[in-house]
Amino acid sequence: MNRVLMKGNEALAEAAIRAGCKCFFAYPITPQTEIAAYLAKNMKTRDITFLQAESEIGAINMVLGASSTGVRTMTSSSSPGISLKTEGISYIAGSDLPCVIVNVQRAGPGLGGIQPSQSDYLQATKAIGHGDFQVLVYAPSSVQETVDMTFRAFEEADRYRMPAMILTDGFLGQMMEPVTFPEISPEKFEKPWACTGHRNERSCNLVNSLYLKPDELEQSLIKRAEKYETIKKECTDAEIYKCDDAELVIVAYGATSRVAKSAVNQAREKGIKVGLFRPKTLWPFPEKELNEACKSAKKVLDVEMSMGQMKDDIRLALNCRIPVEFFGRTGGNIPSPAEVLNMITKISEGSL
Amino acid sequence: MSIVFDRPHALCDIPTHYCPGCTHGIIHRLVAEVIDELGIEGKTIGVSPVGCSVLSYEYFSCDMIEAPHGRAPAVATGVKRALPESVVFTYQGDGDLAAIGTCETVHAAARGENITIIFVNNTIYGMTGGQMAPTTIPGQVTQTTPYGRDPKVQGYPVKVCEMLSQLDGTALAARVSVDSPANIRKAKAMIKKAFENQIQGNGFSIVEVLSTCPTNWGMTPTEALERLRKEMIPYFPLGTYKDSPSMKTEENTAERN
Repeated sequence: MNRVLMKGNEALAEAAIRAGCKCFFAYPITPQTEIAAYLAKNMKTRDITFLQAESEIGAINMVLGASSTGVRTMTSSSSPGISLKTEGISYIAGSDLPCVIVNVQRAGPGLGGIQPSQSDYLQATKAIGHGDFQVLVYAPSSVQETVDMTFRAFEEADRYRMPAMILTDGFLGQMMEPVTFPEISPEKFEKPWACTGHRNERSCNLVNSLYLKPDELEQSLIKRAEKYETIKKECTDAEIYKCDDAELVIVAYGATSRVAKSAVNQAREKGIKVGLFRPKTLWPFPEKELNEACKSAKKVLDVEMSMGQMKDDIRLALNCRIPVEFFGRTGGNIPSPAEVLNMITKISEGSL
Repeated sequence: MSIVFDRPHALCDIPTHYCPGCTHGIIHRLVAEVIDELGIEGKTIGVSPVGCSVLSYEYFSCDMIEAPHGRAPAVATGVKRALPESVVFTYQGDGDLAAIGTCETVHAAARGENITIIFVNNTIYGMTGGQMAPTTIPGQVTQTTPYGRDPKVQGYPVKVCEMLSQLDGTALAARVSVDSPANIRKAKAMIKKAFENQIQGNGFSIVEVLSTCPTNWGMTPTEALERLRKEMIPYFPLGTYKDSPSMKTEENTAERN
């Protein structure tokens, strides 16, 4: 399979098989259903097991069980379903288990709508369950990047023994684009902690998130926090586009960044010094990279399909050095290049 | 001199955290004896619940996983689907299995998930201090039914074996008790059958064990056993509610081929 035309969700599913995912558990929800459908179709001929769970809660706990045995495992859902999974995600993180969770975001809160959105940014990066923990969050902006980040999510989840989330949206999941699958074989990670049955050859293994002694629980949290600090140094990723001389830097991720890029190109044609900063990892947030991109910036414009959930991260990364404006469309609406260009023009004319 | 009675190998040599007179200890021992007798400790993976037996992972010497409250059947499903050759069991109380985990339990049974569930029913939430359970009997006084469970207010108990016996995926649903040596022997035989079922690929097996909670019932261990006999067994009759290897029937085999 060289270059093929594929839908974002199906490409993600194909990438998961190629990345060595052995067990996939999910519950139907729009707009992520193609992932399950693709894997269901492929499970007879490829080395992957798919089970449709009774609920999102069931699915994430099946992931917990499968991950405990050391196999690569994944679940996918969309915003309301992810809320249901957060209990299990907390247990998975607390048990130091790797897994991949896909959130094909739709608009919320509540049942919200089924159109694309980026309104789960704060949930994904700040509080995807109770307790002190983080998950790795990747934000692809194309079908190709969805594939590449699926490979990366499995690798880094195993490397750091923690959940990794691919935060995509209905726009990227449903869109078709040409894609190439990398010819790489998945890295093998030793998992001496896995519950596979001790075969009378080792002492018994325990996968657990319960620590009744406060000191022991505190130690486990300190150890995990140290790991998070390492990840912040090793894993941040971003695209910096035309920022060298930019007086205005737009920050946008995922599908929105494509719109923002068009607006940046149109503004450049008018001679406006504007660039785009696109975080590819949302946690860890690429703070260092953002500061580099904003060297000559006098203003920053945050563009999202939400009410501005990323804005505080941008302000904190810049230590409030540069004013941050916001433009967003939400509820399932996608900002248009013209709308973003209008904002750019206003800011550059000093009327905002 | 030869040893005629010893601790099973599958049971760890550590002090118990269970209250005096609690029958969890007997049930743990029965599970461990069965694991020893079947010689499966090395390929067994147990799943602990949330509740009094949350620490059951400390007592069994096989690999263990601690599940979120009620989710043990889903966790066990994940393990079994990843490692079909392993032996997977869950050990769950009544609040865990029949209240917060009802959905996971019913659907694991409906799928005929080839796992073994040891379900300990003592009609009360023990660890949290004695609240009404999904199996609390009408009239029973608990911390949250201080005037006795009134079916007009709190509804009726869930009869798990009766309910699961209606599902095609259930291979074995049986209720046993550990109130007497004779019943303990019968309980062990049923637990063994539930594990053998899994090894033979027969599908979902659940053994409900009627158990006591002297602490939260406010009784001596002897009085508690008496209550089990006089109040629990009449409401939750002992017996085998279903014993048919669901996944091994000819029609299922034909369909799957």
